[in-house]
Parts: sequence; C-alpha cells; structure tokens
Amino acid sequence: MKGYPKEGVYFWQGNEACAEAAIVSGCRFFAGYPITPASEIAEHLSKKLPQVGGIAIQMEDEIASIGAVVGASWAGAKSMTATSGPGFDLMQETIGWAFMTETPCVIVDVQRLGPSTGQATKCGQGDVMQARWGTHGDYAAIALSPNSVQEMFDMTIKAFNLAEKYRTPVILLADEIVAHMRERIIVPSKKNIKTAGRKKPKPNDTAFFGCEEVPPMPSVGDGFNVAVTGSTHDEFGVRFTADPNVHKRLVERLNNKIMYHAEEIAETETYNLDDCEIGIVSFGCTSRAIYETVEMAEKKGLKVGYVQLKTLWPFPEKIVRQLAESAEKVIVPEMNLRQVFYEVQRAAGGSADIIPLNKIGGGELITPEELFAEIKESVKK
Amino acid sequence: MSEAFSMRKYLRDLSLPFCAGCGALTVMGEFLRAVHELNYENLSKFVFCSGIGCSSWIPSPYFKADSVHTLHGRSIPVATGIKLLRPEANVVVFGGDGDIVGIGLSHFIHAARRNLDVLVIMLNNMIYGMTGGQVAPTTPFKAKTATTPYGSFEYPLDAAKLAVTAGASYVARWTTAHSKELKNAIKEALTMQGFRFIEVTSQCPTAYGRRMGFKDAGEMVRWFQKSAVPIDKARKLGEEELQEKIVVGKFVCKRRPTLVETVYKMMEEAQKEVEKS
Repeated sequence: MKGYPKEGVYFWQGNEACAEAAIVSGCRFFAGYPITPASEIAEHLSKKLPQVGGIAIQMEDEIASIGAVVGASWAGAKSMTATSGPGFDLMQETIGWAFMTETPCVIVDVQRLGPSTGQATKCGQGDVMQARWGTHGDYAAIALSPNSVQEMFDMTIKAFNLAEKYRTPVILLADEIVAHMRERIIVPSKKNIKTAGRKKPKPNDTAFFGCEEVPPMPSVGDGFNVAVTGSTHDEFGVRFTADPNVHKRLVERLNNKIMYHAEEIAETETYNLDDCEIGIVSFGCTSRAIYETVEMAEKKGLKVGYVQLKTLWPFPEKIVRQLAESAEKVIVPEMNLRQVFYEVQRAAGGSADIIPLNKIGGGELITPEELFAEIKESVKK
Repeated sequence: MSEAFSMRKYLRDLSLPFCAGCGALTVMGEFLRAVHELNYENLSKFVFCSGIGCSSWIPSPYFKADSVHTLHGRSIPVATGIKLLRPEANVVVFGGDGDIVGIGLSHFIHAARRNLDVLVIMLNNMIYGMTGGQVAPTTPFKAKTATTPYGSFEYPLDAAKLAVTAGASYVARWTTAHSKELKNAIKEALTMQGFRFIEVTSQCPTAYGRRMGFKDAGEMVRWFQKSAVPIDKARKLGEEELQEKIVVGKFVCKRRPTLVETVYKMMEEAQKEVEKS
C-alpha cells in the first residue's frame, strides 16, 4: 500500500518511528496541538495519514485534541494524540473519561523537563507518576516506556494492540532523548507485525459496558443505539449516579480487566536476574546507560543484574522483586527526583537496599560513568 | 408525514430527569417534532453529543439513538472526531450556555471557524442550573445568583452574534415561548451543511426564576415573549433600546465549504500525489 512503510532498515528519528508505527498499526485518526518535543509526530502524520485514507487535524488545544481522538475511536477508527507534559496535564480529565467509557486510544507523552514550562526543550522523566495517577478517581493505567528508536516503533504498535484488546487508553511514555535522536531501525514485513482490533458486537448485542471482562464495542452510526457516558452506568450505558452497587461493579471491572492481566501486560528486559550482587532498575532513555555500566562492572569482577522496565504501568513488580531477592542493593537511576524508586522499594518489600540515583536539569543523561560510580559506592557501604 | 407525532417513538423507556417547568422539555419536544416532520422514522441517521449540565441530558441516554455524553464543555471536539470519521451521520450537539459558551467556548468558536458539519442546539437559561444557580457568562447584568448575591457585575455574552462572527453557516435564536419558530429553525438547520447554531432562551424556574422573583415557569415564558424583538427590527434599534431584550430570528444562513468537504478534498489530493510519486 502506498504511504505504508516498506520492510527494511531505516535511519529514523524516534518521533518519526512512532508516527510510522501508528500507520502500520492501522491508526487512521490523529488530533494534536503543537508542543516540543512531540510536534514531529503530528507533522509526520499530517503528511502520511491522508495518503492512507486517514485524517490528521490540529485542534485548538490539547483538550480538544484528545476529545476528537475519543470521538473518532467511537466512530470506529484507531486513534492517537501526541503531546508533552503541559499538554498531558490538560488531557488528564479526558483520559479518565476514555477509561470510564472504555475507549481504546493511544496518548503519546514525550516527556520534557517540568514542572510547568521548566526547561521545555530538555529531557526529563518526571511524568511517571502522572501517567499512573494523573486523572481523578480509581483507575488503572497502562503505560509503556521505550528506550530506543526501535522501541518507539515496536511499542507504538504494542500500545495500539493493548488499547484495542483491553478497550482502554494506553500511554506511550517516551522522552525527549528517545523521541529526538536518530538511529538504525528495522521495519519488519507487514506479515510479521501483529496488529489487534477491537471486539465488535453481534447484531443483537446490547451490553456494551459489562457482562464480560472486556465487552464488545460498537461504533456510533452502526445502528446499535449505544449510549456512551462518563457517569457511572450499567451494562447498557444507562446512568446510575447514586446506586453503590452499579458503581462498584463498573469501576472494579474496569480496574480488574487491567490489573488481573498485569503480568501479561508487563514487559521487561532482564540480565543476571537471579545471580547478582548489585541490581539496576531503569527505564526509557536512562536505561541506555545500563549496558556499558554492566561491562565496566564486570571488568572489575562485580556481578550486576538489571531490569529494564518496558512497561511502567501496571508496574512489573514480580520481576523487580526477583531482582531484589537476588541482589543486596538495587540502584534506581532516573531523570527525576525519585518516582520509580518508591515503586521498586514497594515491590522489593525490604529484600534489598534500594538506592536512588537522580539527575535533573539541562536534559543531561545519567552516564555509564555516573552509574558505575554509584555501584562502586554502594559496594563499599 | 405518515403518522401522528409521538415523542415516545424516539425515546427509550426511561423517566425523564427534568424539573417541572424546565425549558429542556420544550426543546426536546420541538427537536423530535422537527425530526418527525422531516420523515425520520427513527434516529438511526443521527449521532448525538452532549456535555455536562441539565440540557446535556436531552439526548443522553433518553434518545433511542447513538448518544455520547462527554465531559463538561467538550461535546464539540468529540463531535469533531465523530463527524470526520462518519461524514454521513447527522451529528447534533445539545448543551447549555455554561457548557457551550462558558467552559467550552474556544471549541465553539473554532468549530464555527472550521465550519464543522454539526448542529449545535444551546439552551440558554442564563444560569448554572445543575450546580445550584451560580452566575453564568450569559447571566444578565445585575441578576442575583448564588455567586452574585448583590447582582451580577459582569455583562453577558451574545452567543448567536459570536457564532456569526466566527463563521457559522446557520445561526438562529428563539425562546421557549416560540416553539413553532424553534421547530422550523431546527428543520431548516437539519437540512443544511456546515456549522449550524440554534440558541434557545430557556427557563430554569428552579435555579434562576426562584431567585429572580418569578412565580413559576409560565411567568418566565411570558417574560421571554414580552422581551423578544425580531432581528429585522433589532437591526434598526440602538444598543440602549435593546438592553434587556432578546433578539430572535435567523441571524445568518449561508453556504460555504464545510470541514468535511475540505478535509476529504485534501485527502484525495494527498492520495493523488502519492500515486504519482
């Protein structure tokens, strides 16, 4: 198909890889608002989507962008938006609405350095907890964290697949470094890329919001008379704004449909998980320092293991606990002032010393030297 | 028209949530009457969007149709996504003044600018009714509300005028005292393309009338009847003469390229270009 990336090796920017992957995933609607460092996704999709019969539109703000994305998803299209911290703030209410109405969609947050306008063009990893707890009320989030251009491609596809499978918004929590760097990437042939679609209803189905863990989803305009609402609703979409049982039944199912599958959703890359003195838990651009650090440590005769968190939410606690049970000390490098650190501490349950390594400002990466210095320091203690 | 009008035909079997005397019932009735007179046997060709507020409950979930009940102020962006993907559907937005021209104002202006193909029916009751009667961007100067106990110290917004300026294809304003004119405006708007806006001045006896000393809903409707000035006449009057008046009628009715038309044309051109390359 014209406009569809051919199988092969490319030298792409992270944001470009994300946009191409969206097209491969079958995304046919994008709405966004310009923001550094995510704008290239909108620019690329504005060029490519119309070529494959899709639509990209620049809305008046991020609230309108994600609103249009949810609308397009109910009209039957796989849909996406891309933004950064300030825009991600504005989208939170609608992310909650998408969760409550079980609307599959992908939200790319290319993290930059906050709070507020902060250092707008520099990298940060400060939105980890926002991706989990940004909207109000009881909900479960799915957030993925790529560490390379290849992973920007692969995880965009995964984000669409999870969104469709679980009928829920999925966050691709990228960062400025991964989004803006260029590197080698392999685009597999179309037949080697697995893409998932949503479960469609049978002609006489009426329960689009319950009865099953993930109910079938009709499109508006298909004659199903679907009533969509962010208010508490029963299986048929009828509002029940006071009944405790209807609320409990709905909100528990919405959470459980994700949390019961946490292990299935959790993706990690591990090394020396069961045989290490020092462990590292890392994610996104920060995890790129791990490989060289491990080499440095091994040359000095230190046994180092690591977990790269490709899924941040639901948190891959089982794997992290496994690492903590083997290692005496676990270092958590991140470009924020401790966010994943507390999750690791919680997952470790006291089975290892958890050591934070934090760096903020100027978008500077934690280098292998800095990480290795922390390892040497922790061995001394 | 094949048979006598019955609202029930278009409604789910649920009891309606509106207070006694609420103007939403008039608007709901006139909308469905318009649909009936345009010979729609059911609402399958429609998709309804609404936000948060009493009037957003008109379609959701009461209409036997696809209805998307969105967040406060966000019905128009959601309708944008739906209409672009489903150009064949009649997308109709219901909302109140707080929803459409308070919290959601920028979406309203931009949708008119884009000439998004939706019909927006806004019930203007001049108050935040659902939350208990707080001042709205449409509240008349000096009106007493829960948050302006000494009278409003701001001037209200003219939503219909704004829609005209922003580029809407069709703009009309009527009141609940003008049910026939309202129905005819809805019929006219439903047979057109582009951004269509109908503002209905509507009574909220519970949260507005009570504080402003109106005896009941009937007295409020009579107030609308008395204050209404047809637009042709209003054009000849000065600002002062129009104070405390409600200008009613058709503000604009024109044809210009709609968002659906321009988006799909762009898509065609993009595909031609990629075929050539």
